[in-house]
Amino acid sequence: MRWASALEAVRRAPTLAVGALMLLTWVVTALGAQWIAPYTAVQLNLQAVLAAPSAAHWFGTDQYGRDVLSRVLYGGFYALSIAPAATLLGLVLGGAIGLVTAYFGCWVDEVVMRLLDAVMAFPIVVLALLALTALGPSLVNVIMVIGFVFAPLIARTVRAAALAEVRKEYVQAARLRGEHLPYILLREILPNVKGPLVVEGTIRLGYAVFTSATLGFLGLGVQPPTPDWGLMVSDNRNMLTTAPWTVLFPALAIAFVVVAISLLADGLEELTAR
Amino acid sequence: MTRYVLRRLGLLLLTLLVASALIFALTSVLPGNVGRIILGPFASAKAVANLNHQLGLDQPVWERYGEWLWGIVRGDWGKSLALEVPILPLVATRLLRSLGLALFSLVLLVPTALAAGVVAARRQGGLFDRLVSVVGLAIGAIPEFVTGVFLIFIFGLWLKILPVQALPQGPAGLGAYLLHLLMPAAALTLLLFAYLFRMTRAGMVEALAADYTRTAVLKGLPERVVILRHVLRNGVLPTITVIGAQLGWMVGGLVVVETLFQYPGIGSLIEYAAVNRDIPLLTGCSLVITFVFACSNLIADLVYAALNPRVRHALGERA
Repeated sequence: MRWASALEAVRRAPTLAVGALMLLTWVVTALGAQWIAPYTAVQLNLQAVLAAPSAAHWFGTDQYGRDVLSRVLYGGFYALSIAPAATLLGLVLGGAIGLVTAYFGCWVDEVVMRLLDAVMAFPIVVLALLALTALGPSLVNVIMVIGFVFAPLIARTVRAAALAEVRKEYVQAARLRGEHLPYILLREILPNVKGPLVVEGTIRLGYAVFTSATLGFLGLGVQPPTPDWGLMVSDNRNMLTTAPWTVLFPALAIAFVVVAISLLADGLEELTAR
Repeated sequence: MTRYVLRRLGLLLLTLLVASALIFALTSVLPGNVGRIILGPFASAKAVANLNHQLGLDQPVWERYGEWLWGIVRGDWGKSLALEVPILPLVATRLLRSLGLALFSLVLLVPTALAAGVVAARRQGGLFDRLVSVVGLAIGAIPEFVTGVFLIFIFGLWLKILPVQALPQGPAGLGAYLLHLLMPAAALTLLLFAYLFRMTRAGMVEALAADYTRTAVLKGLPERVVILRHVLRNGVLPTITVIGAQLGWMVGGLVVVETLFQYPGIGSLIEYAAVNRDIPLLTGCSLVITFVFACSNLIADLVYAALNPRVRHALGERA
C-alpha cells in the first residue's frame, strides 16, 4: 500500500524521484567516504604531484599529490553537513519570527517586518562576507551566518502562511480555552503551515549548499586543508589551464548536489501544489 | 506620480541609513574586535589596543558611527589599510567597471529570457518548454563560479574560441573588450536565466488565458497583433519588477564571477577587502553595493509604475 502510493508520487513528480536518488547517492558516499575513498583527504604524495587521471588516481592528484577523488568524496561530508544545519537554524529562527509576528500583528509585525526588510536590503553574499570577516572563518560560523541570513526570507513565508490561520476559529478556541502562547503557536498553528515550511526548507537547502560553496570559494568558509569543494575550486583555479582535473571534479560535485536538491524542491512544490 | 517618486526617494534614504548602521554594527559591534581582526590571533594585546586607538576605536560606538557617517556624507571615506590609497576614488572606478559587466550581462539576459519565456508559453508542455524549464532550473541552481569553471574549460581551454582573462592585455577596442567579458557575463546570465524565464512564462500563460485575449482573438485580430499588443504588454510586466530584484543576486554574483575571472571590479575588491581584513575598505564597498542595489530596486519599481497604467492611475488618484 505504501509502496503503491510512493510509486504514484514518483509517476506524478518524476523530478522528485530523480533528485532524491541523486541526493541519496551523495549522502551514502559522504557518510561512507572513509571506506570508499582509496586514500585519505590529506595524504600527501610528492612523487605524484599534479598527476593526470589514471588507474591509481581516477580523478588525478593536486599540487601536493593529494588524491582528488578522495578529497571530493570526503568533501561531501562538509557540503552535506553545513547546508542542512544552516537550513535548520534558519527554519527555527525564521519560523519563530514568522509565527510570532503573524500572531501578534499590529506594531510588533510592523516593526519586525521593517527590520527584516533592512536586512534583506543587502545582497546575501555581501551580508555573509561582512559577518564572516567580523566573526572569523570557521565551520560553526559559516552555519550560523547562513542560518541568520536565511531567517528573514523564511520568516516572510511562514508569516504569510500563518496570517491566514491566526484568524481561524480553532485558534480563537484555543485562546479561549486558556492555552498558553507556545502551545497555540507550536501545536495549533505550526502543523497547519507545515506544507509551505517544508517547501521553503527544501528551496533554502539548495541555496544553503550554493551559499556555503560560494563562501568556501571566497575563502571565508572552512580553511585548508579541509577538503571543502568550494575551497578546492578556489585553491586550484590557477591550475585550470595546466591541471584542469583539480578544479573540474570538485566543481562537478557541487553542480551534482545543487541540481539534485533543486530537482527535489521542484518536484515537492509540484506535488504539494496539486 | 511625483509624490510617489518623492516618497520612494525618502524610503530609499531611510533604507540606506539603516543599512549603513547595520554595516557599521557588523564590523564594529560584533564579538570580533577590529584591531584583533586586522592583526590576527597571534598579535599581542598591546598591539591590538594601539591599533584600536589609532583607528579611534576606543571611543563610544555612537560617536564613532556619527563620525564615520559624517565622513561618508562629506566624501571622506578614509584610507584602505591594505592598499594604502583613499577608498572613494578606488571604489568609484571599480564600481564603473562592474556596472559595465552587469549591463553587458543584462543585455545578454533580458532578451533571451523574455523570448524563451514567450515561446515556451505559446507551446505549453511542448518539447522546447520542458527542455528549457528543466535545463534552466538545473543551471540556475549551480553556483556561478562552478558554471564559470565549466565555461572556461569548454570555451577557453577545449574549443579555444574565447579568451580566459576578463580584461584584454594592453589597449584594445570595444569589440575585444566585450569579447573578453563574454564568459563572465555568460556565467551571470546563466545564473539568472531560469528565474526570469519562469516569470515571463507564467505571466504570458496568464495573459494568454485572459478574457481580453479571447476577445481580441474573437474580434478577428491577426495572431501577431494579439500577441504583440495585448498579451505581451500584460504578460511581461511582472517580469520587469523581477529584473530589479534579481540585480541583488547579480551583485552577489559579481563578487564571485569577478574573483574567478580576476576582473578588477567592485566584487573582486570586496573579496580582497574581506580576505585581507581591510575593514574600512570592506565597509566602503558594502555601502556602495547596498546603494546600487537599493537604487536599482527603486528604478525597477518606477519603471513598473510608469509602464502599468493601473498603478499609474491609482497613484495619480491618491496624489
